[in-house]
Amino acid sequence: MARAVTNQRKAINTAAAWAVGLLIFFPILWTILTSFKTEATAIADPPVFLAFDWTLENYSAVMERSNYARFLWNSIIIAGGSTILGIIVAVPAAWSMAFVPSKRTKDILLWMLSTKMLPAVGVLYPIYLIFIKLGILDSRIGLVIVIMLINLPIIVWMLYTYFKEIPVDILEAGRMDGASLKDEIIYILTPMAVPGIASTLLLNFILAWNEAFWTLNLTAAKAAPLTAFIASYSSPEGLFYAKLSAASTMAIAPILILGWFSQKQLVSGLTFGAVK
Amino acid sequence: MATQHSRSAARFMMAPAVVLLLGWMLVPLLMTLYFSFKTYLPLRGGDLGWTGFDNYVRFVSSSAFWPSIQATLIIVGGALIITVGFGVLLGILLNQPMWGQGVVRILVIAPFFVMPTVSALVWKNMFMDPTNGLLAHLWRFFGADPVVWLSDASLFSIILIVSWQWLPFATLILLTAIQSLDGEQLEASEMDGAPVLKRFWYIVLPHLSRAITIVILIETIFLLSIFAEILVTTGGAFGTRTLTYLIFQRVLESQNVGLGSAGGVYAIILANIVAIFLMRIVGKNLDA
Amino acid sequence: MKLTNALFAASALVSVTATAAAAATLTIATVNNGDMIRMQGYTDDFTEKTGHEVEWVTLEENVLRQRVTTDITAKGGQFDIMTIGMYETPIWGANGWLVPLDGLSEEYDVNDILPAMRDGLSHDGTLYAAPFYGESSMIMYRKDLMEKAGLEMPEAPTWEFIREAAAAMDDDANDVNGICLRGKAGWGEGGAFITVTGNSFGARWFDEEWDPQFDQPEWKEALTFFTNLMNDYGPAGYATNGFNENLSLFQQGKCGMWIDATVAASFVTNPEDSEVADQVGFALAPNKDGVEKRANWLWAWALAIPAGTDNEDAAKQFIEWATSKEYIELVAENEGWANVPPGARTSLYETPEYQEVPFAKMTLDSINAADPKNPTVDPVPYVGVQFVAIPEFAGLASQVSQEFSAVYAGQQSVDEALEKAQAIAEEEMEAAGYR
Repeated sequence: MARAVTNQRKAINTAAAWAVGLLIFFPILWTILTSFKTEATAIADPPVFLAFDWTLENYSAVMERSNYARFLWNSIIIAGGSTILGIIVAVPAAWSMAFVPSKRTKDILLWMLSTKMLPAVGVLYPIYLIFIKLGILDSRIGLVIVIMLINLPIIVWMLYTYFKEIPVDILEAGRMDGASLKDEIIYILTPMAVPGIASTLLLNFILAWNEAFWTLNLTAAKAAPLTAFIASYSSPEGLFYAKLSAASTMAIAPILILGWFSQKQLVSGLTFGAVK
Repeated sequence: MATQHSRSAARFMMAPAVVLLLGWMLVPLLMTLYFSFKTYLPLRGGDLGWTGFDNYVRFVSSSAFWPSIQATLIIVGGALIITVGFGVLLGILLNQPMWGQGVVRILVIAPFFVMPTVSALVWKNMFMDPTNGLLAHLWRFFGADPVVWLSDASLFSIILIVSWQWLPFATLILLTAIQSLDGEQLEASEMDGAPVLKRFWYIVLPHLSRAITIVILIETIFLLSIFAEILVTTGGAFGTRTLTYLIFQRVLESQNVGLGSAGGVYAIILANIVAIFLMRIVGKNLDA
Repeated sequence: MKLTNALFAASALVSVTATAAAAATLTIATVNNGDMIRMQGYTDDFTEKTGHEVEWVTLEENVLRQRVTTDITAKGGQFDIMTIGMYETPIWGANGWLVPLDGLSEEYDVNDILPAMRDGLSHDGTLYAAPFYGESSMIMYRKDLMEKAGLEMPEAPTWEFIREAAAAMDDDANDVNGICLRGKAGWGEGGAFITVTGNSFGARWFDEEWDPQFDQPEWKEALTFFTNLMNDYGPAGYATNGFNENLSLFQQGKCGMWIDATVAASFVTNPEDSEVADQVGFALAPNKDGVEKRANWLWAWALAIPAGTDNEDAAKQFIEWATSKEYIELVAENEGWANVPPGARTSLYETPEYQEVPFAKMTLDSINAADPKNPTVDPVPYVGVQFVAIPEFAGLASQVSQEFSAVYAGQQSVDEALEKAQAIAEEEMEAAGYR
């Protein structure tokens, strides 16, 4: 069956893939390295790669200046809350689209995606005014709702493509045995859909974590997540590469680590039905 | 299996998502439409009355309008070509037998986790800065004059940053698709002595068409509204002012909500043209 | 926490008079400049004195502007204090969006604030924001390089001299640029600099009828001079350099001269960050020979209270604390006199210790040389030196400065840029109903 792969060919593949992988990863690696340099070393000419005096001073400077824990907590709540809420709304919709398709199902699906193309900045004032009316400016709940709505189309689509892969025969067999709709969902569908839901959760958590327009414009002090945290380091006076790197590392580290640990699940869900 | 009972149950279950999205679309849309027919200048006291189609005419007749459409299409198109092109190649490469495949995949996926603001800041300052940026050091090392990326190659720079962020996404979807390719079919063609390029063209690419369509669709949705990458790097200068950025300038910098709202309506029209266009291709490749 | 709760409870029970004494939590929006970051470090001193807590919202300048402008125009009430500039203050004050800063305490001594700053932050004689620090622009130059070039910097040089000096100091072999100036797009970046350069060549944004003036020869001369000067002796890629980029170039010893904000003086003379700290000299911003206006701008980052906040009294207390003489002394005691927020108070420049700071006198002279009410040679209908204090200016000027930056990057000619600038300005002014 499998072709005999010579070690030589494998070595070439390995070298090429690692070279490309490291090249793609390099900007992140460089940011992490720079965060351990002094400001002077950070702009040294020629640049130093590893042989410098590693220091934690940038991290302590950032910690001293900003309440990192609160930004982080807000990010977690907003990204987590909006994702969970989104899944709760999306699962029934995706389920019915997948198993009770009508002529309009595809239109509805694509229409949902098209709502994502509205330019956010065009509706900033209207949304801001609505938020004032509702009294939810600078509140986590307000952001949870907005981010949930932004990502809902993606969630519905992902779940839909997942549910479609579940063989209908199984459901029908269950129905023959007298399973009710409720049983169908709880005992047959859910176990089969869990991997799909997990990867949907992950992807949308990432998208929500990185959303930088609404999270910045609808918050002040109380609900500001890490996107606002990074906006306070973006171009201060004087040398700032090292501190910017430290702040950047702190902003992306949680999601990077989560992503790495869960990349298998994430990847399996990233197909959007691209594979049949 | 679609009985009357399950039909209505389906409608019932779809309702929350549809209603929410309808609200999310209609409320801002109606408000944008409303403002677009008004002279609305927040710094001059807000609502100064109806103005008919003035804002629409003014937005289109502005010298910045057509260049902004052009910039939008170049950025979206450029990023799509790069991510899909390299995504296919990278997908094929990662599908080869090798040591440490898992680690390489982790390295390749990483940029997808980086928030746009951070990646724009890092690229702008630590790589593209003409004095202290790493690329400038590299150019000088080879005795060349550093490129001033953000002014001399502004559109390319932005496409590069955006592509870096989206390449992992394209690669992973395409990789999954390649993995599902029927190995025996490939082997057979290999036995027949079909050259690599021919095999790629007649077997691999058709198999990937569906995945490529999905990548284009999803990426277009996100790329049409890129904002942070431009705000942080060029601030819209040097021909990088996209339609989204132009609207931002009208609404927030010029504080002309009416004019910006008219621009928003145009952006919605553009998005829908692109969407219809995409649906045509997707429709063929996607049996929903 | 318990104490705070108790105080809240007490204030709820007792009448309105007691509210003033109750501890409040102030939300303050501010810009991420060095002096403000330093102020955040001293927040405890304020809390100790008054019992009020402070929540900081620190943002990069452009993001801050968007954020506070959206909030004040939509009346969002997110902030108790906003850090705004000389551009916003008179416009917002006139709209009644800011709490007038009258009735400040005797010890605060409002008359001690530099007259230029007080005027710039007032509307109709009412002060609407208190300056945290103020600045003008001036020349910072390398004494060692000037000496090597055999030149001496006059107190008040002309642009012609600047060109000569830049030519003499420019040294590609040693990676030294004759001069570094802002070319970055944005009304507060390159836009501000080219506007004061225009002023010093006799140009102006508008005539008294609000007709844009980019079709006039003065603008052509100013923009041509600036572009040639920078192309010949400026750093590569100056079209993307703003304050920060130039600051780090100068600190690394890569600029012979740098004309920019007076606050930069304390950064370039700080031996911890600057390789050339002991070699920096200062001079007044230049003019074209015979033109009475110099390239001096005037700016202040100031603290203002949006109307409608629930914590007006506490906010006033904070402003009095942050812009007081005592705050300056507090910083001087801990960080040295060179690091106090400059350009706000007359008394600072009368302090003997501060007079010894090398850039103190030139900063004050530069501030005094700027006149926001008469910024240009020919009369104009507007107030503001490097900006025009009308709501449309920010949007207009950032587009115009993008056209100019394209000239600096070699993507279009001076004539093309000025033609576009004229068209943009006419468009915007028409949209705003001036014409």
